[in-house]
Amino acid sequence: MATQSSVGEKNKAGQTITDPWQMMHDAERTPCFFTGSEVIKEALRRANCDIMIAYPITPQSEAAALAGELFAEGFIGDYFRGESEFAVMSQCAGAAFGGARVFTTTAGPGTMRAMENFPMWAGARLPIQMIVTCRGINSPLSIQPDTLEISYLLNTGMLVWHAETAQDFYDWILKGYMVSEEPDVHLPLALCCDGFFVTHTKDMVSLTPADMCLPPYDPYRSPVPCMDMECPPVRMMRDPFIMKSNYISYATHASWQQEVWAAVERSRKHTVRWLDGLIEVENPGAEILLVSSGTAVSQGREAKVLLEEEGIDVGIVKIKSLRPWPGEEIREATKNAKHIIVPEFNVTGWMAREIKATIPNSERVYAGPRVCGGMTLPPEIIAADIKTLLGIKNKALAGRGS
Amino acid sequence: MSLERIKIAPEMYEIMPPEYQDLVKNATYGNENRGWKDIGTSKELIEEHSLCAGCPESMAFRYILASLPAPEDTVMVGSTGCTSLVFPHVGIHNIHSLFGNQNAIATGLKRALTVRFPGRIKDVVVLAGDGATVDIGLDMTLQAWFRQEKFTTICFDNELYANTGGQESGLMQKGFVAKMAPVGKTFEKVRLPEIARESGCHYVVNCTVSKPNLIEKVIKNAIHIAREIGPTYLQLYTPCILEIGKNSMEGLQEMRDSEKPTERFAYREYISDQAKELLTEMAAKEKERKAEAKRQLASVKA
Repeated sequence: MATQSSVGEKNKAGQTITDPWQMMHDAERTPCFFTGSEVIKEALRRANCDIMIAYPITPQSEAAALAGELFAEGFIGDYFRGESEFAVMSQCAGAAFGGARVFTTTAGPGTMRAMENFPMWAGARLPIQMIVTCRGINSPLSIQPDTLEISYLLNTGMLVWHAETAQDFYDWILKGYMVSEEPDVHLPLALCCDGFFVTHTKDMVSLTPADMCLPPYDPYRSPVPCMDMECPPVRMMRDPFIMKSNYISYATHASWQQEVWAAVERSRKHTVRWLDGLIEVENPGAEILLVSSGTAVSQGREAKVLLEEEGIDVGIVKIKSLRPWPGEEIREATKNAKHIIVPEFNVTGWMAREIKATIPNSERVYAGPRVCGGMTLPPEIIAADIKTLLGIKNKALAGRGS
Repeated sequence: MSLERIKIAPEMYEIMPPEYQDLVKNATYGNENRGWKDIGTSKELIEEHSLCAGCPESMAFRYILASLPAPEDTVMVGSTGCTSLVFPHVGIHNIHSLFGNQNAIATGLKRALTVRFPGRIKDVVVLAGDGATVDIGLDMTLQAWFRQEKFTTICFDNELYANTGGQESGLMQKGFVAKMAPVGKTFEKVRLPEIARESGCHYVVNCTVSKPNLIEKVIKNAIHIAREIGPTYLQLYTPCILEIGKNSMEGLQEMRDSEKPTERFAYREYISDQAKELLTEMAAKEKERKAEAKRQLASVKA
């Protein structure tokens, strides 16, 4: 089957199809002051996307509606509002089965409502990109920032990345397609950010030229047949495995699950190349390391400044990719650390558990500070916890009684 | 599909499985006149199946597949249930993803194929059981119709959950005693054909699969109308002989009994005005095509 090599040609919107590496690394960038939602729109404008399917839920509604404007302007092949997140994720699956490049956005309860779809996406090897603008999923009703939903995505077989800034978001939406559409990967990507903190705040973001776009998705590079009757129909099996309770059936299901996770592993080399590593380390020699993902890292950076003013040396490890998980990188980055502080925006501390399961001498991990339910995570709290850990007396913080 | 794609490269011919060789040589892809009468004289698009002996669903599958107007450019969407035991054997692309999301899958699929193949026919046909269509998937069934998605929805109505062992479903008759309806179902059979009409379907038929020529007609009508105008819905009685206490020879009689004028599967159809116009046009074209063929035959003889 011929693949589509179209660099240099124009797409339907009149953009020049550009080599993705050149577009992301060499093309001139323009600084803009945008909200995260606007950044999602601008990345999607350059993604040569076939179909975007939307559903309103805070805090992603604005981005999903802005994507509709792109459709009206001719930058997306088709766009519509589905009837629920479960339906939307199935509609995304249908479109991806049919060979389209697919984009969608969701948040919090929407992610949970759609959950049954995600292992199906991974098992069917559909390279859909889903933006997750994380928010609370607890009852009573909450719309505030909270990253608990990410933990539910970690075992779906999807790639899961966690953006810290709007700039991450912009670059990773475009780079995400390049990783997830690789034939040896071909998996969906959940590109997460912390709702409101990233979506509803303005930041300086450097954009690639608007007249350049990614090459179109080529569904015939997929490791499984595209369901468009443009390749021969094959009889899939003589006896459907669903009806069999025997070793061959179990082995078939087991080997396919293993293959999905092997594909997650194979994405590692592409992710390292496109994201310049799965983690970023600042001040690697420090005995105290703040390790986390998303805007918890941003708050950690502020805490680092506060602590440095008091002569306390702190390093930062920013985890960019959660699946594939940067186990080796984290072990290397933390090998000399005496204290590993893991600030998080969720009640259970799933990130701290992941890190504890990764490194030797996990008693070095301090699982906190954690906030949830929409609370902010002031750098002063992080700094205070570190000082307490070091046996240094803190000045009183409002409401902390210390 | 371009018919070329199905062909086997000569160098590979010998190593292909015999059933695929048979499919390439003797199936009816690309034949405009294909229909139920091809059964027995050509290769069917269903290789075999693991349904119960005598299951009317297997008859329905064979008639439907024989009647698709363009199988070489058709993609089917199934759901969880007895149909998912058959789809793996079917010689056209088909998707199973989850239980009940078939009309959502078909929505995305149809739109993707429309974006990717502008100006070309790519039919999408949903085929699912009554649990998938009316119970767990009702929201997505209806919403696809509200949005006027251009594909056909076929419901194999066996009036219960067959594959899980005969539990109550929304399309079960009131009073029927079943698993999960231990004192009999307490509410009426859901009137989905009427709901389909009110939800925007342009062609709705409620019938049994006892008559293959009738199934051929309604399948062709439904697919052509969906292709040109909007959603269509067929509710076909395919009784689960196992769960209603019949033996394998009694499926056909059960359907005949249930399609009598006063029974719940008496033939009923709804056709929108727009769809009527299309069917009239198609009939006129077909008449002209046959007349032209006759004229050509006469001129050859002369």
